[in-house]
Amino acid sequence: MSTGALQLRSRFRAVTDHTVTVLAVVATILVIVPLAVIFAELIYKGVSSLNWDFFTKVPAPEGESGGGMANAIVGSAVLLGLASVIGIPIGIGSGVYLAEFGRGTKLANAVRFTADVLNGVPSIVMGVTAYALIVATHVSFLPFLGHFSALSGGVALGIMMIPTVCRSTEEMLLMVPHAVREAALGLGVPNWRSVLSITVRTASPGIITGCMLAFARVAGETAPLLFTALGNQFWSTSLNEPIAALPLQIFNYASSPYEDQRRMAWAGALVLIVLIVLAVSLVRYVTSRGVLKGNS
Amino acid sequence: MDSTLPEIRIHHPQTEPDPEPESAVAAAAAPEHSAIRRYLLARGNSAVADRLFKVLMLLCALSIFVIVALIAYQLIDKSQLNWAQSGLKFFYTAVKNPVTGQPQYWDPVNGNFSAIPFIYGTLVSSFLSLLFAVPLAIGVAIFLTEMCPRFLRGPLAFLTELLAAIPSIIYGLWAIFVLVPLLREYVNPALVKTLGWTGLFTDDNPTGLGYMAAGIILAIMILPIISSLTREVMTAVPHSQREAVLALGATRWEMIRMGVLRNARIGIVGAVILGLGRALGETMAVTMVIGNTPEVHRSLLANGASMASVIANEFAEATSDLHRSALVEIGLALFVVTIIVNAIAQLLVWAVTRGTPSQAH
Amino acid sequence: MGVSIEVINLNAWYGTNHSLQDINLKMPGNHATALIGPSGCGKSTFVRCLNRMHETNPIARATGTVRIGDLDIYADAKPVEIRRRVGMVFQRPNPFPTMSIYDNVAAGLKLNGYSDHKHLDEIVEKSLKNSALWDEVKDDLRKKSGASLSGGQQQRLCIARALAVDPEVLLMDEPCSALDPVSTSKIEDLIFQLKSQYTIVIVTHNMQQAARVAENTGFFLNGRMVEFDATHKIFTNPSDKRTEDYITGRFG
Repeated sequence: MSTGALQLRSRFRAVTDHTVTVLAVVATILVIVPLAVIFAELIYKGVSSLNWDFFTKVPAPEGESGGGMANAIVGSAVLLGLASVIGIPIGIGSGVYLAEFGRGTKLANAVRFTADVLNGVPSIVMGVTAYALIVATHVSFLPFLGHFSALSGGVALGIMMIPTVCRSTEEMLLMVPHAVREAALGLGVPNWRSVLSITVRTASPGIITGCMLAFARVAGETAPLLFTALGNQFWSTSLNEPIAALPLQIFNYASSPYEDQRRMAWAGALVLIVLIVLAVSLVRYVTSRGVLKGNS
Repeated sequence: MDSTLPEIRIHHPQTEPDPEPESAVAAAAAPEHSAIRRYLLARGNSAVADRLFKVLMLLCALSIFVIVALIAYQLIDKSQLNWAQSGLKFFYTAVKNPVTGQPQYWDPVNGNFSAIPFIYGTLVSSFLSLLFAVPLAIGVAIFLTEMCPRFLRGPLAFLTELLAAIPSIIYGLWAIFVLVPLLREYVNPALVKTLGWTGLFTDDNPTGLGYMAAGIILAIMILPIISSLTREVMTAVPHSQREAVLALGATRWEMIRMGVLRNARIGIVGAVILGLGRALGETMAVTMVIGNTPEVHRSLLANGASMASVIANEFAEATSDLHRSALVEIGLALFVVTIIVNAIAQLLVWAVTRGTPSQAH
Repeated sequence: MGVSIEVINLNAWYGTNHSLQDINLKMPGNHATALIGPSGCGKSTFVRCLNRMHETNPIARATGTVRIGDLDIYADAKPVEIRRRVGMVFQRPNPFPTMSIYDNVAAGLKLNGYSDHKHLDEIVEKSLKNSALWDEVKDDLRKKSGASLSGGQQQRLCIARALAVDPEVLLMDEPCSALDPVSTSKIEDLIFQLKSQYTIVIVTHNMQQAARVAENTGFFLNGRMVEFDATHKIFTNPSDKRTEDYITGRFG
């Protein structure tokens, strides 16, 4: 190449380099901006509606304005409680199996792959499954089947938690050094006791944060509840009846003709996002401190 | 057993004969020692407890398979009604209105159902979302891994993680109250004016809802996933690759292009497919802004519906068993498609970050 | 008090790798026996066969007879039972990271269901005294975690933990290799005192250490035991040329 052509090519390369840098920065800003705007909107519109009524009243009757989201907050607590009872033990159990008994086996690889794939299944499909399993099944001597209920909603959410908790538990258990397990076995501690009281206990900060992440994820799920828990305009904590939930109520209020109810949707969204941000931040804090730091 | 042995034995190395059998020695030991020994000797070997525990954990692990089987079974079973009526044609043909000659896609009154508008809506909104999200996500990933000053890296990564944790309903809320008016007032008219000649942008939908709104909100939602996974595969590329390219006199962009992206491209494809998988199944945000019209329109600004959105909208109040069955069949199709897409994506990402534990999303 | 260990025709494999071949020896009770040899010669594998820790590796197996006292540990008992009678101290100190010093020492008993708390206090104190750690930690028993101690202290903690279950044999797999010289000499003094109560088998790379603490020494090479004799004879007048080569530093 002649010197002139070389210089031209040099400049072209330099210009391309700078352009790309600018584009990358622009891309990052374009991503951060919606996040910032969404949060700003949430706080601005939501805070003003966070009043006493919001936390103590149930929704107003159809066609009236006012009311609150008290039953939805309680309802979400009930649903999440049931989901945790179903999802956390089974999820931790499968994680324990993958890390302590199945390491390297084909079965464990299949379970792990399937769990990852399950995590990508749309939550609405989970809702349809819970509907088919519980709401649409009529058995005469089982009164909790055959109708919309908190039970079906809790089951849908619980099933969603299992693969998430399983994978995070496995990852945390794999981080426990082999030496710790050997120390327990060398003392003549039975294997089951060693796994539970030593290995799981050592990894427990990480396991708990994994559960919290799964919890935060299902706390915001709406789709699986649309035709299982269904929602409820009144106070109800019974597992055998439809129940209100925070995301469901946000969905309802969002399309309300009344301005104050629409603002309550924002308030509900704010409550939800605060809970989730707290959970995510806590998770980051605990995992940054390390799994193995003793707590004494 | 001799129980009158003296308390202390002096041991001389190398001259000591083998000691007494253990039981005699144990009897001569101090009381608390033998108590512990006696206690532990009586404990047994807990083989039963160990086996029970292992079986219990195995059952928990097998539950993952049970869940998949359960979903598949319920979806297939409850869609039988519609399958018996339409078979595979459900997915590619529709009954025509005898009067107008137009296809009647979704007619709960007469019991004619076709999945075409929902497949179309899902594809269009997902395609749009990828169009917007992929360049931005890769740009962000490049910025965060190669260009970002160290002190910013942590907070920015945390922010993208936060974006991924925001529930769909909140995105939907923001979309109908902020995004849709924005589209309605400014963006859509501008698109019609500048790009109307393509035939893809018409002005007969003044609401601001539609495929475009769905595409944009989906893009925002799948961006963090694509971005963080791309970052993961980019950081998995060894430094030696970068250095080799730089040593040849490359600019930073050339180094990124040849040394990093080229090596990571399989993983990046995997990340994009994973984002697609998420976009296909996304429900609430799409339901709130896509317009919920079971029709097919060429214009990107028209109202439509997606597979997930129609289930969300109509399932609770489905008017007949056939109606519900058709919805379940759409759910089955969604299930199968997302499983295939996610499985492909997992395989691609695993192939690149082989051995590194993946982040729990 | 310690018991004797008799090994008859012990063979061990890791998968297809025949790592121990026809080991025969007899280690007297209340003595310390040292096992020396170059890296990979099988001495760690041998020691792990004595408390059946070798089996925790899924591809490992062993055949032969190991008699501890008059108990055939492969034929007459299950691994869990054996390990309560044959304690082990590992190469790297491995205290339980989430437990206090007290809980670490008591772990072997608590995790086997022992709940007499007053007695536990006595046992913990006795074990820590026996491992020469009591004075250094007696004020912080429940406050400090096991992992917050120095390397040498951690290893002594592991010794205390092993002693708390009152084993008859104590196996030590290169217990000082990760420690500084001061801690090493403290532990060697300990071994010398512990001999009077337990039978000790110590794997070591350090020939001076073997000479200091053990009455008998076995030399391992390539999975076989080449020579087993009184320590002073091994180091001054070995019968086998290979032993002599190793002692004088010609290899290993």
